[in-house]
Amino acid sequence: MDALIEKLKGQIIEQLNLAEVKPEDINPEAPLFGDGLGLDSIDALELIVLLEKYYGIKIQDPKDGKTIFQSVKTMAEYIKSQGKA
Amino acid sequence: MNTIISYAHIKHNQIAVNGKVVLHLPNKSYTEFLTEAYKSLQLSYPKFYKMDAQCKLAFLAMEFACKDNHFLTENDLSKTAIVFSNSSASLETDQVHQNSINDKQNYFPSPAVFVYTLPNITIGEIAIRHHITGENAFFVSPQFNGKLLTNYIHLLTQTNTEAVVGGWINSDNNTYEAFIFLVQNVENLNKNSIFKPLNQTSITNLYNQTSWMH
Repeated sequence: MDALIEKLKGQIIEQLNLAEVKPEDINPEAPLFGDGLGLDSIDALELIVLLEKYYGIKIQDPKDGKTIFQSVKTMAEYIKSQGKA
Repeated sequence: MNTIISYAHIKHNQIAVNGKVVLHLPNKSYTEFLTEAYKSLQLSYPKFYKMDAQCKLAFLAMEFACKDNHFLTENDLSKTAIVFSNSSASLETDQVHQNSINDKQNYFPSPAVFVYTLPNITIGEIAIRHHITGENAFFVSPQFNGKLLTNYIHLLTQTNTEAVVGGWINSDNNTYEAFIFLVQNVENLNKNSIFKPLNQTSITNLYNQTSWMH
């Protein structure tokens, strides 16, 4: 799980152009939206693309996004639960 | 009287304010130049990194144009307009988006790219950054057109608009140029003032007079 979390941090930084953020700055359990990384609605769409592009996961129900994208850890858990890690 | 109180010009890896080069970063790629110029301002505005090149260019020109004056504090920003123009609309980013959807087997359009496939998003980024909520317009013309900008700005200021951010912001495959000028009402303009009354001749002269370093 730790390796997946680290990989995800790098992919999030790259996909979301978080040029001033380093992987070690991201607390895997911190909220991605609001506080934490302070991501916006466009970033949310980019995270959906990230899951599809790198892990082949399509989110069928947009309502699930709120739970999946709560933190890097919840994203990693979701990827693992889909058997894509 | 509509008066140009400051202007910034970006071209050839240089940034000039009121005709004088204040930053020169030779031997940098376009992307590196934009990033280094941003860092030189020592701002904390992470959204800069998410913008396309054209918006970054406009962002920088605006920051430099406003640096040593009170344009943003002495004007009512709800009555401040933004009037930009260029020759390539948002073509550079349109192409990036098109390239991401050409291959049906590798079809991953980026929402963060797609949002910049309109030239007036350039205006939006400046408006958001500085809380400017007045009128706005983005014109596309073959080259910098002082007459077009001057006429439109004069029309706006006959209505509710009290100040204007005008400019030419063009970014097209590493050919780039930004020229932003700030216009506000100045009464009793002194003959020796560095401020210039806005008209077709003065704006065209300012656009052409920057002494670039070689």
